[in-house]
Amino acid sequence: MSTNTLSQIQVGSEPTTVVQPRKGLWDLELAHLWDYHELLFFLVWRDVKVRYKQTALGVAWAILQPLMATLIFSIFFGRLAKMPSDGIPYPVFAYVALVPWQYFANALTEASNSLVASQNLIKKVYFPRLIIPLSSVIAGLVDFCFAFIVLIGMMFHYGIKPSGSIFLFPVFLLLAVGTALAAGLWLSALNVQFRDVKHTIPFLTQFWFFATPIVYPSSIVPAKWRMWYGINPMAGVVEGFRYTVLGKAGRPGPMIWVSAAAVIVMLIGGVFYFRKMESTFADVV
Amino acid sequence: MGSIAIQAEGLGKRYRLGSSAPYKTLRESLPGFFRGAARKVRALGSGRADEENFWALRDVSFEVEHGDVVGVIGRNGAGKSTLLKILSRITLPTEGRALIYGRVGSLLEVGTGFHPELTGRENIFLNGAIMGMRKAEIVSKFDEIVAFAEVDKFVDTPVKHYSSGMYVRLAFAIAAHLEPEILIVDEVLAVGDLAFQQKCLGKMSEVSQEGRTILFVSHNMAVVEKLCQRAIVLQNGRIDFQGDTEEAIHHYMNKMVDANKAEGHTFDLSGATDRRSHIGRLLKRLELYGSDDVPVIEGVRLGSGLKLKVHFDLPRPARSFDVGIGFESMFGQRIFTAHSLFEPDRPSGERVGPQVFVCEIPSFTLMPGLYTIKIWLDINHAEADLINYAARVNVLESDYYGSGKAPWNGAFVLKHNWYVEQPPQLEGEVARAASIGAKSGT
Repeated sequence: MSTNTLSQIQVGSEPTTVVQPRKGLWDLELAHLWDYHELLFFLVWRDVKVRYKQTALGVAWAILQPLMATLIFSIFFGRLAKMPSDGIPYPVFAYVALVPWQYFANALTEASNSLVASQNLIKKVYFPRLIIPLSSVIAGLVDFCFAFIVLIGMMFHYGIKPSGSIFLFPVFLLLAVGTALAAGLWLSALNVQFRDVKHTIPFLTQFWFFATPIVYPSSIVPAKWRMWYGINPMAGVVEGFRYTVLGKAGRPGPMIWVSAAAVIVMLIGGVFYFRKMESTFADVV
Repeated sequence: MGSIAIQAEGLGKRYRLGSSAPYKTLRESLPGFFRGAARKVRALGSGRADEENFWALRDVSFEVEHGDVVGVIGRNGAGKSTLLKILSRITLPTEGRALIYGRVGSLLEVGTGFHPELTGRENIFLNGAIMGMRKAEIVSKFDEIVAFAEVDKFVDTPVKHYSSGMYVRLAFAIAAHLEPEILIVDEVLAVGDLAFQQKCLGKMSEVSQEGRTILFVSHNMAVVEKLCQRAIVLQNGRIDFQGDTEEAIHHYMNKMVDANKAEGHTFDLSGATDRRSHIGRLLKRLELYGSDDVPVIEGVRLGSGLKLKVHFDLPRPARSFDVGIGFESMFGQRIFTAHSLFEPDRPSGERVGPQVFVCEIPSFTLMPGLYTIKIWLDINHAEADLINYAARVNVLESDYYGSGKAPWNGAFVLKHNWYVEQPPQLEGEVARAASIGAKSGT
């Protein structure tokens, strides 16, 4: 084990890996993520498999959660409070918003706790840590699919035909995924340092819920503010869902662009923050 | 091969000391932020910036060539795990760098990422992926893994129903079928039953014979000795020695005992660090004498007498107290235990204050080599003070059997005799044997 013998290294052989203190802030190594796509797949698969193990109702929970919420909202906001619903039957109006919302809220919660929950992995094995919150966000999509099937049944029941712009709906789903991932990246990395985050999430999602036009239409927001309402990306997502899936609500307009811009900013910031904190995860978690 | 697999250049890792909890709550962190800033300003003035920092690893440089099996040894907290964590990229170094040529697989703990609700089959895939195996690779090795782990019948049972032995076997089996060019292993062999450990060892040497590079951390010196050609000894985060395994182990053992002040035959135990003192630091001193009370300086000759004088203190009057002495090989294996309980004629009665117990071994028959001595004091049958690596004793070769042949192989010698007996003879052969005997004149 002689040291200082650089000449011994074969000429032309590049090291596979160089382990050194992190240098540039700009080196995100995102291409490196692709090397681990199989691991991402297996983590998603694990989350999906394990989620409803040892529950009596199993995957029915994926449907029950938004359905129960729809029932409650239809009674209190639809019947009793007579909330306007843009001419759509209130249960469908609420449910179409709850499908992406439940996805978002669950994905956000799971992603935020994901790093702390996987601390055993983080302390023992190397892989890009970004995969952990990413897998939580993707795993939630399975529940989303089940809930979406029920939505189709519901539309059939109420005789609502999808609009011609239904093909745009994946764009809004992507927007919801992006929002969950962006918030998940920030919160999961913060949660490693500050366990306060775990206790904040219930309040955060509750607040976010009311700041999103789920039980009410965004048309009750004054027109001149409506565009800026889109700063909450979930507002854009929900209105986008109502527009593309139900077709009855009006075009959401520039609000969508504001939402998209907000997600992109949050996501880029989240990735940078996450990458910056990543090197300390194993030592701090 | 001869090409470099790992080249570490001045690796260092600094941790911050002080906060008791590894993570912070926001409330603790905010005032800390301001205090931290204030401290930095003060540190600029006084020049004491490193006060609360702790270097778990510093200036660590070494090279490992492809095909080498290198052991990393050192006592707890010497920086072994930190080094492995850096090399396997779990944590980043604070300074220096390591160039790694080849795919690295690390086994810092087997069964990482096992999910109790998933079946054995599912966990093989999940764990394999976590360890860095491709799916196709796992599929092709699946049967081999199941067979190695001996869990064929339970492969579709959730692992939460596995016995702990099965769990560990499956976990190790997956790990053992990783095929990275460089394998980083930490103490995995400390699991499972003896038979399985043997199997793991076999697998490890098989892997090393395939020309793969292994970096191996263990407290089990026997395993290090068996598997590794070279070893690195870490002490307080720095490389203390690197080279041939046997020399490294020797160096390490000497260092362990040197922590206690040794002056020839006298070992001062008052400053011993690796100890469990329940009542206080009662064990004071250990002296070694050979036959005729000659102090043991160089070593004790195989088969000659050894006298150990243990000085200790009884803070309160006690009726029942005992001293135990364990002799351990370089590989950490207990070879022999001497205990005052075994003495039929030991004095009884209440005693208090400084005491000297003498253990006399008329003929010390452990094989030549270096042994460490562990010593402990029991008061009222409860452990009062215990010191690992209290002293060392070197056993020197001698003509023990009086045959001019030095004994080889084994852990100890026993007096034994050989003589010749007439072989038993079958009836028909008696005559023939007699006639042969007559011819050769025996």
